[in-house]
Amino acid sequence: MSTAAETRRADGIGPILDVAALRRDFPILTQTVHGHPLVYFDNAASAQKPRVVIEAEGKAYAEYYSNIHRGVHSLSMQATDAYEAARVKAQKFVGAASVKETILTSGTTAGINLVAQTYGRKNVGAGDEVLITGLEHHSNIVPWQMLCEEKGAKLRVAPLDDEGQVVMEEFERLLSPRTKIVAVAQVSNALGTVNPVRRMAELAHARGAVILVDGAQAAPHLAVDVKALDVDFYVLSAHKIYGPSGVGVLYGRQALLEAMPPWQGGGDMILSVTFEKTTYNELPYKFEAGTPNIAGVIGFGAALDYVTAIGLERIAAHEHELLAYATQRLLEIPGLRIIGTAADKAAVVSFVLADAHPHDIGTILDYEGVAVRTGHHCAQPVMDRYGVPATARASLAFYNTKEEIDVLVKGLHKVREVLGA
Amino acid sequence: MSDLRDLYQEVILDHSKRPRNFRELPEASHRADGYNPLCGDRATVFVRLDGDRVTDVAFKGSGCSISTASASMMTESIKGKSREEVDRLFARFHELVTGSPDKKDQAVVPELGKLAVFSGVCEFPVRVKCASLPWHTLKAALEGETVSVSTELSESSSGDGGGKAR
Repeated sequence: MSTAAETRRADGIGPILDVAALRRDFPILTQTVHGHPLVYFDNAASAQKPRVVIEAEGKAYAEYYSNIHRGVHSLSMQATDAYEAARVKAQKFVGAASVKETILTSGTTAGINLVAQTYGRKNVGAGDEVLITGLEHHSNIVPWQMLCEEKGAKLRVAPLDDEGQVVMEEFERLLSPRTKIVAVAQVSNALGTVNPVRRMAELAHARGAVILVDGAQAAPHLAVDVKALDVDFYVLSAHKIYGPSGVGVLYGRQALLEAMPPWQGGGDMILSVTFEKTTYNELPYKFEAGTPNIAGVIGFGAALDYVTAIGLERIAAHEHELLAYATQRLLEIPGLRIIGTAADKAAVVSFVLADAHPHDIGTILDYEGVAVRTGHHCAQPVMDRYGVPATARASLAFYNTKEEIDVLVKGLHKVREVLGA
Repeated sequence: MSDLRDLYQEVILDHSKRPRNFRELPEASHRADGYNPLCGDRATVFVRLDGDRVTDVAFKGSGCSISTASASMMTESIKGKSREEVDRLFARFHELVTGSPDKKDQAVVPELGKLAVFSGVCEFPVRVKCASLPWHTLKAALEGETVSVSTELSESSSGDGGGKAR
């Protein structure tokens, strides 16, 4: 199971990614769509999987699959070891102090709901406030709306400027002594904006609020260090970091997690159960009721090894170069307007093209083999802010190339030709 | 392999760029709002019924070329028709765009007229909702529904969404 990434690490070769070699790690990238080589630019929705991830998951099922934390038999012990080894990898990946701070979830959405339903329900009361920003994904809006509705609390939203950046003066002004929770994305899925979460955490803490960072879009592109960012909760999804879907991580400060009530009740989250009383398990298991996605978590461990071996700094450098190239090439197309032009951006180009509706753009590009996302990207308030019903979005990964961006540009000329736009 | 031109036919592009009956109808006796949350398409359909007959029909909204053209051509094809004729036309249109298996090998039914240009839609399953949104909205208007129609809340049998948002 040697990968390009591992080979290079052993050789100690410098910062340039050997993209051609890395692409060979991803079996799906050799597919053709409508007779054209696949150009996959929908990475922000979900990234493709390297062979090591597919094989790790398959190997778990083929060789040692069993339920975890249960049996004394060999398979169960082996599966438990592999599962817990993946947790340690996740802990190191986000920079948590211990595995007690590393809750495995089914994804970012589950992580946010967990915090809203436990920390939130315990600490947010009538008249209190939760502060989010104008660029949030629906999954970092709706759980807080539900909480506020239940508690009679108020949801505050820090506005965006025309470039897609949070107006920090407004963010600061909206923080009040009543603010109990601040919840922000580190990177916007619809605009690509990188939020200054370190500064936001500082401001939140100064007002006595805790901060949750939605790292779903950041974790594949930026090195995460929850201690350096000084955040209280950090959530991410495995499937955006080249791992399986249905797996995620919730980092939480140990003291906060200890004080939080459990979320879902069930097996694995208990120490003992009688009909009179249940004693909850210790961290992290207190928040992990039920049989998890065992093989998925093991595959996630393989994904983290893979990404770490390449190095997020090198990934970021390559993607930054691609983003600059994509931005420049796209702007050459008459009538094309990029939505989201923040100074600090990651791997996402959202755009509209003259009168062409994004849905039509998506269909025509698909015929050229180019996969982009079209629609509101689960961020309707962002679309409303910029006065568009939808955008087309090309979201990049380290396995993308400038040649693929050229194919996208060619495809957009085809869109203009077909639609007469 | 189906061709892009099967979907984006000249007539469709013409109606999407210059939609007919694209206006509000202040004297409408029926109206309804339709919404496709997946792509943000919105259509408001206005109908004026005289007894059982559609004497005027118009629409407003924003959408992709398929939904705009479908709305535009729908307004042209139902003007002057009775409720029953409209229902039957919608049924035929629905069969056309969803590629109803039992109709697949039959020639396009003549009563569809110009609407036959939407025959390419059935090769693009994700676009079926675009073509049918205006029709579902029309149906809601005629049935006097006051809630808006959403493509993402399915009626039990429509097969392409078109349920009602609550």
